[in-house]
Amino acid sequence: MTQWFFLHVDRRGSIVIALLVAIAVLVPLSNLLLPVTSPLHVPTYLVSLIGKYLTYAMLAVALDLVWGFCGILSLGHGAFFALGGYAMGMYLMRQIGPRGVYADPVLPDFMVFLNWKELPWFWYGFDSFWFAALMVVLVPGVLAFGFGWLAFRSRVTGVYLSIITQALTYALLLAFFRNDMGFGGNNGLTDFKDILGFNIQAGSTRSVLFAATALFLALAVFVTSFIVRSKLGKVLVGVRDAESRMRFLGYRVDRYKLLVWTISAMMAGIAGALYVPQVGIINPSEFEPANSIEAVIWVAVGGRGTIIGPIIGAVLVNFGKTYFTAAFPEIWLFALGALFIVVTLFLPKGILGLYGMWKGKRADRAARKKDVAPPPVAAVSGRSPIPEPQAAE
Amino acid sequence: MNAHDTLLYLDGVSVSFDGFRAINNLSLVLQAGEMRAIIGPNGAGKTTMMDIITGKTRPDAGDVYFNGEVDLTKHDEAEIALLGIGRKFQKPTVFESHTVEDNLVLALSGPRSAFSTLFHRQSRDEIDRIHEILYTIRLYDKRVWLAANLSHGQKQWLEIGMLLAQDPKLLLVDEPVAGMTDAETAETAKLLRDIAKTRSVLVVEHDMHFVRELGVKVTCLHEGSVLAEGSLDFVSNDQRVIEVYLGR
Repeated sequence: MTQWFFLHVDRRGSIVIALLVAIAVLVPLSNLLLPVTSPLHVPTYLVSLIGKYLTYAMLAVALDLVWGFCGILSLGHGAFFALGGYAMGMYLMRQIGPRGVYADPVLPDFMVFLNWKELPWFWYGFDSFWFAALMVVLVPGVLAFGFGWLAFRSRVTGVYLSIITQALTYALLLAFFRNDMGFGGNNGLTDFKDILGFNIQAGSTRSVLFAATALFLALAVFVTSFIVRSKLGKVLVGVRDAESRMRFLGYRVDRYKLLVWTISAMMAGIAGALYVPQVGIINPSEFEPANSIEAVIWVAVGGRGTIIGPIIGAVLVNFGKTYFTAAFPEIWLFALGALFIVVTLFLPKGILGLYGMWKGKRADRAARKKDVAPPPVAAVSGRSPIPEPQAAE
Repeated sequence: MNAHDTLLYLDGVSVSFDGFRAINNLSLVLQAGEMRAIIGPNGAGKTTMMDIITGKTRPDAGDVYFNGEVDLTKHDEAEIALLGIGRKFQKPTVFESHTVEDNLVLALSGPRSAFSTLFHRQSRDEIDRIHEILYTIRLYDKRVWLAANLSHGQKQWLEIGMLLAQDPKLLLVDEPVAGMTDAETAETAKLLRDIAKTRSVLVVEHDMHFVRELGVKVTCLHEGSVLAEGSLDFVSNDQRVIEVYLGR
């Protein structure tokens, strides 16, 4: 089991997974058990805040899988995040039951307000948590599959694909703004009361949500590591670097892209579903193209193609955002733009790339030094060595 | 002649881009086990011909058959690659952020579906084959290098190695010695002659020394069709070939 784990996750990934599992345990414990006066006590607001960052981090990991490893720059990943969030929001709305302002036993408040007489068909089933949980992955997954099937088969790539993903999230934004879509229009879904029967405002519930988020992020890191360290991951990098070469080697590039694109969208959906109960609201602004672009910035800042970098990027940039938008609200967007320019120009592989570049150079130099003389073949291949041809230098 | 008993059969193939006839009523036949050199001036349609054979470009007219029976105009790049046609590009195209060994791992023939690669475990046999190829292409001692760090000539060899790993019946090799030193060129000719013992090879090349070292039948293309065909001496004495190609 341990061996199997380390086969699929590198050292850096293992450390991050271990850290995430540790904070999944320690942060809730500190919040619930330590007295408020203790310096190690994590206040509830902070639990929710970090929980929110971790859902962003998960979105960033999902984006890194397609952008960092397969070269698909999605400027609409926020759409999958928001769809997962809406699926969770619908469950939370149905949990309110008769405790809404209008006290209708079935209909959420906004439907009563709009004079609707019965629940639209697409709200059926959302009173069950497991159905909603299924929809959290299924809705983004099916949308991504359909979208990807059309786009990748037609060989839409590069900036054109990015523009279509942007259009996708913008179209959803407009659609969800409409009242007759049946998702609460402009106001979205809010005023949640319970999740699985527990009060969503309670410190203990928030701690559990936090722990779940940290664990799901750890799972996302594992799944992404598993994918990129398999032969499939090598194919993805090949597609990223020389797509047509991959085709001439006999790989159906479109299917590879479709697979990781769909997995990535599902991951983003789960992140969105964890986000909504912790922030207490989901509305169409989550589909804003700017949100998706911000997610791209997190990945770029942290270092694309590194899995761990995007987590660092998402948490750092959002800490910065929380601080700046409170302290100097007018310069936040300029700071974000400047950050993106600096990273693009000077740190093509982000914060983690700096470290990786240094280490990679060292490893490469060591490898060159070590491999000047080829080792005996029999030891490597177990077959009688082919006579070594004369080198042509 | 009909398509039977041939490995590659092109008959009356034409293709135009925006009114420019890149390939004009081209006919060419390659027997199984044959190596053929294609020469011709720039714009003669050599690379376009390879694009047609590998499914990158669809011809406007004409027949393209592989193995005497498979209509290549009805398949895409990936399918044609799996049928057993490998291609080396004019500009060496290797996966620069992968190691030399991983480049070969990707090229190695085997299941190509997304799920089978996700759960793929490298077998003893595959490792042996890769090491064998690493020796053939003289890159064994550089197997853990990133392909980006190889010299131009080494990248050309790595790409030939990737072709071998694909285990194709037919290799299309576009300008394999461009940018190589004389020693590397001679070495490459030797390598291709070795390869041609078990497979069919179509080589496009400008370097006449290299073509001479290959010692095979030569086809000269001009303006999208065959100008002359035969031994190198025969072709290079053809008045029209001298005029459009060798003379300049």
